[in-house]
Amino acid sequence: MSAGAGAVTPSAPRGLARVAGALRATEIDPRLFGMVAALVVIFLGFGAVTNGRFLSAINLLTMSVQAASVAILATGMVLIIVSRNIDLSVGSVVGIIAMTYAVLMHEVFPTTIGVDTAYGWLLALAIGLALGVLIGALQGFIIAYIGIPSFVVTLGGLLIFRGMVWVISGGATQAPNDKQFGVMAGGPEGSLGGPLSWALGIVFCVAIVLLLVYARRQRRRFNFPVRPIWAEIVIGVIGCAVTLAAVFVANSYKWPQGLVDRHLAEDPGFHVPPGGLDSGIPWPIVMLLAVTVLMTILATRRRFGRYVFAIGGNPEAAELGGINTRWTVMKTYILMGVLCAISAAITSARLNGASNDVGEGYELYVIAAAVIGGTSFAGGIGTISGAVLGAMVMYTLKYGLSFIGLESPIQDIVAGIVLIIAVGFDTLNRRRVR
Amino acid sequence: MTSEQTPPLVEMRDISVAFGGVHAVERATVTLKAGEVVGLVGGNGAGKSTLMRVLSGAHPPDSGEILIDGEKVTIANPRDAKVLKIETIYQTLALADNIDAPANLFLGRELVSQSGMLDDSAMEDATRKVMGRLNPNFKRFKVPVRTLSGGQRQAVAIARAVYFNARILIMDEPTAALGPAETAQVRDLIRQLRSEGLGIFLVSHDIHDVFDLADRISVMYHGRIVDTVGKSDTSIDDVLAMIILGKPPGEASKEELKPLIG
Repeated sequence: MSAGAGAVTPSAPRGLARVAGALRATEIDPRLFGMVAALVVIFLGFGAVTNGRFLSAINLLTMSVQAASVAILATGMVLIIVSRNIDLSVGSVVGIIAMTYAVLMHEVFPTTIGVDTAYGWLLALAIGLALGVLIGALQGFIIAYIGIPSFVVTLGGLLIFRGMVWVISGGATQAPNDKQFGVMAGGPEGSLGGPLSWALGIVFCVAIVLLLVYARRQRRRFNFPVRPIWAEIVIGVIGCAVTLAAVFVANSYKWPQGLVDRHLAEDPGFHVPPGGLDSGIPWPIVMLLAVTVLMTILATRRRFGRYVFAIGGNPEAAELGGINTRWTVMKTYILMGVLCAISAAITSARLNGASNDVGEGYELYVIAAAVIGGTSFAGGIGTISGAVLGAMVMYTLKYGLSFIGLESPIQDIVAGIVLIIAVGFDTLNRRRVR
Repeated sequence: MTSEQTPPLVEMRDISVAFGGVHAVERATVTLKAGEVVGLVGGNGAGKSTLMRVLSGAHPPDSGEILIDGEKVTIANPRDAKVLKIETIYQTLALADNIDAPANLFLGRELVSQSGMLDDSAMEDATRKVMGRLNPNFKRFKVPVRTLSGGQRQAVAIARAVYFNARILIMDEPTAALGPAETAQVRDLIRQLRSEGLGIFLVSHDIHDVFDLADRISVMYHGRIVDTVGKSDTSIDDVLAMIILGKPPGEASKEELKPLIG
């Protein structure tokens, strides 16, 4: 390994070169690797400042759940920015869908189908998803087929849909939601619990191994160069270890005694094992994981994603390649509408209702997450996993800063600085590569 | 000009294209036979590229008709052209810089598995095979084409046109960005494709290129076809005169020709 480059370089950077070489052999995106490293450094930094209190399971869970709404939206924003567009309306669209959920469950259902029915929350969710598709299709159509710049259309959307939130709420906060809807809020009652969490973890590990084997087989089939086998094993082991560690941490948080008592009062047969009841992976995180996997497949394994990237790289080439560029762009907005509905469900569940300002300012965090995650405003460059990590970095910082007692304005200042540094780092890096 | 029995591979009849009030192409008629190279020459803005964009589906004509094998066809977009086995190497290359060579080669015609997933390995394999013919030294299949050299990018664009078994090939300034060795390679390729029976429209500024490769030459001037001449029936000087004056040599006066030929 060290034969070529190692022999000529002086001893100091030699170790570094070797690490870089090993990293290259694993074909891991160096950018992604850097972001994970940054996230770990931030975790450990806050952990050190707070004598480890920051790294408790409950903190990590709460933080992830807080980031989930924005992270889900960021996965869609990546595709929109990659195709050289923007969506400024996501905060307001989340607002109007969240308010729709709340109005349905608080005002409409009680006089029609009843409160806390088995299917009411699903009906609300379906209506919200349909609304998201409709809004996305409308904005996407105006942008792609009529040709009004996306900045203008979605800026208009930001105002219009925020105004509509007030119109349908009558200016009042709408609460509460149906009980079952609250599952999407996370917390002990909105988590998978111990056994299911382990099951999910194992499914992920099996998937990681199968994907590695499949990819290697594919390349072998055509006699392409493959990664060294040690690199495959390292990736597989690290992937599985991280997955299982995350499940372990999530399960190490137990149901608080007060909550257990309340359940025992309602149902004396409520069983609590001696070590306490494992909380497990919160549903919002399950939803985020599902969205991340599906969006990654869409972005990298489907024609649709290929077309989005081609449009971002060279719109004329995409058109000349016979791609229906307008429909592709419209689809990115429809997808964004669906993601807004999912994100709104989590947000509304966490509020157990909706206020008029729900989702306000999300657009900025979502765009920031995508950009911190390596999405380029010039178009054509960006990854789903990067955007999710970007959201995690931002929310870890915000949560950590509030944890050590700094107010929200300071959190915003830091988030802003991080945004600029992340992009600056990227810009310099790309310039160097060229 | 020879036989009337078999219709030409391509006939573009009375094609007109206007941008706003400007006639980019005006009642232009060109034909192309199988196994023939037709050079399309003219000054800047003469309408060569626009006429070819009509055939490749990038710009539908305002009027006129296109016949393939003597049958009238409608080419409303690039997809229509590709169905008719018309492939184009654009002057700009029309590559998406941010994706790799296989993704560009199959852009819009991706290979997918039964479940609709992109089969990147199969696309890479096909790309390796076709590039092995065009540019055997090419090894960079997994990097964005932005990082490739001009010649390599050109090779990718050519590979894309050749891979799908084109019958009609449009090459718009195919050697403009290339060094001498690569230019020679492209010339060999054009000769080889012609011998395989393809019809090739060659758009070029380089009159020597055209004289070297073309069987017939169509000269354009201000959107019109000045004349179409067989290479053996004309000279470089005559073609140059047509490019500059916009008239067939017989119609140009001695005074007009004098400063050109001396």
